[in-house]
Amino acid sequence: MPYSTQVLDHYNNPRNVGSFDKDDPNVGTGLVGAPECGDVLRLQVKIDPATGRIEDACFKTFGCGSAIASSSLATEWLKGKTVEEALAIRNTEIVEELSLPPVKVHCSVLAEDAIKAAIRNYQEKQAQLPEQGQDQEQPAEVGSAS
Amino acid sequence: MVQPMVRTPIYLDNNATTRTDPRVVEAMLPFFTEDYGNAASRNHAFGWKAEEAVENAREQIAALIGCGPKEVIFTSGATESNNLAIKGVAAMYKSKGNHIVTVATEHKAVLDPCKRLERDGYTVTYLDVDRDGRVSAQQVAEALTDKTILVSIMGVNNEIGTVQPLAEIGKVCKAKGVLFHSDCVQAVGKVPVDVEAMGIDLLSLSGHKIYGPKGIGALYVRRKNPRVRLDPIIDGGGHERGMRSGTLPVPLIVGLGVACELCRKELTTEAERLTRLREKLREGIMSRLEEVYLNGHPTERQPGNLNLSFAFVEGEGLMMGMKEIAVSSGSACTSASLEPSYVLKALGVGDELAHSSIRFGLGRFTTEEDVAFTIDLVVKAVNHLRAMSPLYEMHKAGIDLNTIQWAAH
Repeated sequence: MPYSTQVLDHYNNPRNVGSFDKDDPNVGTGLVGAPECGDVLRLQVKIDPATGRIEDACFKTFGCGSAIASSSLATEWLKGKTVEEALAIRNTEIVEELSLPPVKVHCSVLAEDAIKAAIRNYQEKQAQLPEQGQDQEQPAEVGSAS
Repeated sequence: MVQPMVRTPIYLDNNATTRTDPRVVEAMLPFFTEDYGNAASRNHAFGWKAEEAVENAREQIAALIGCGPKEVIFTSGATESNNLAIKGVAAMYKSKGNHIVTVATEHKAVLDPCKRLERDGYTVTYLDVDRDGRVSAQQVAEALTDKTILVSIMGVNNEIGTVQPLAEIGKVCKAKGVLFHSDCVQAVGKVPVDVEAMGIDLLSLSGHKIYGPKGIGALYVRRKNPRVRLDPIIDGGGHERGMRSGTLPVPLIVGLGVACELCRKELTTEAERLTRLREKLREGIMSRLEEVYLNGHPTERQPGNLNLSFAFVEGEGLMMGMKEIAVSSGSACTSASLEPSYVLKALGVGDELAHSSIRFGLGRFTTEEDVAFTIDLVVKAVNHLRAMSPLYEMHKAGIDLNTIQWAAH
């Protein structure tokens, strides 16, 4: 199966490979997929609680080239976005950007799931934080991804 | 890592198909444009020439597997040979019984005809294999009933290269008077095959796996002790003793004959050379990478086949990083189905390691330099992917991946 130039580019030069401290309250971690299914995406976001903006994002992925490219692209798109904007990213946009064939659409679905899971994880951690001095501007609760 | 001496891409998928040997092509050519007669034309020189070429090829094939030339039936390939053997025996011996014994790791061209027969009222036993992919003669003996009419067990597995103990199985079948068919597509020309010594009654082989042309295969059908009879699946002009009608493709048959002759002459030296290259590849990779697992039997395997699982790395993703070599994977992503290799699953290899498997198929045209290049490439690609694998990171952190609640999708 020939890969699109965009997929090849992300595969050969993946953006933002790495890990953040998952215990950092400003870090949200999304781990989706399963080894026995052949795809595991771990996507992490670092969010500034004051502004609700994603300062940084990184990923590690076990999967095919399209899964790696989908996660790499997602981290690129996430940087600088607000939580609301990030949650508005749809898998179809990833499919379009990477020219994924129909059999690889599930890779983009996983990437969207990973974004949502990472942000949900951040929000859960923030909600559990002990009362802090300043009033945090919490982003509005967004429907949980399933 | 540029090694200019190697011409890429390197073909390492010889279990899928092989390059037609130039000597084979050369032998075939006159039968397209000069000696193009129909082998069934009994009344002119063109027909005689064609018939002579066909009979010569029959002898070349027979010499490789130890049978008589009249016992060779030409088909379009091993899929047809397997279908003819299984369905043909089932239909012909219906009054004797309705039970067939085969193995879970057989090729689909054996399993699917068996499944069809099950829908038609036959009973099929699918034997399990051990961790190395082997079935024992004792398992076969225990599966036989007084209704068993056929045992069908392959010589060499196409994915993992494991060699089955055909001679011992053949002995069990003989003792019980049950016909023994073997799909020897991956065995013929690669490991010694002798239908007498192994007690085989029907044997499937294919041209394109042995450096011959695609679109031609053969079925060996025993003529005495016992005389095997088959109900044909293709009716027509009564060619091939009535078992397979259709005008014989003389150029392809000539090619198959020459391919068999070359294999027979070169088998011993080639098996030694390929075993050495395969072990060089295996050791080269395994000494430089941790968490690499061999699939299939360590020694009882086809010389050119190496099947490895690279933990924490997905097979298709890995192949993408090794575009200078042509290999295949048991990963679901590379197959039409959503499931990883059923052969690896039958060995008890977990799904995650099945997704991480790569089959290297070395062959006649594989060189030392190809192997050295491949080792470097594999190590580099696996390291590249492990650096971005969350599973590898967890493994390095001492986390047992089995303790994690995965969100399966």
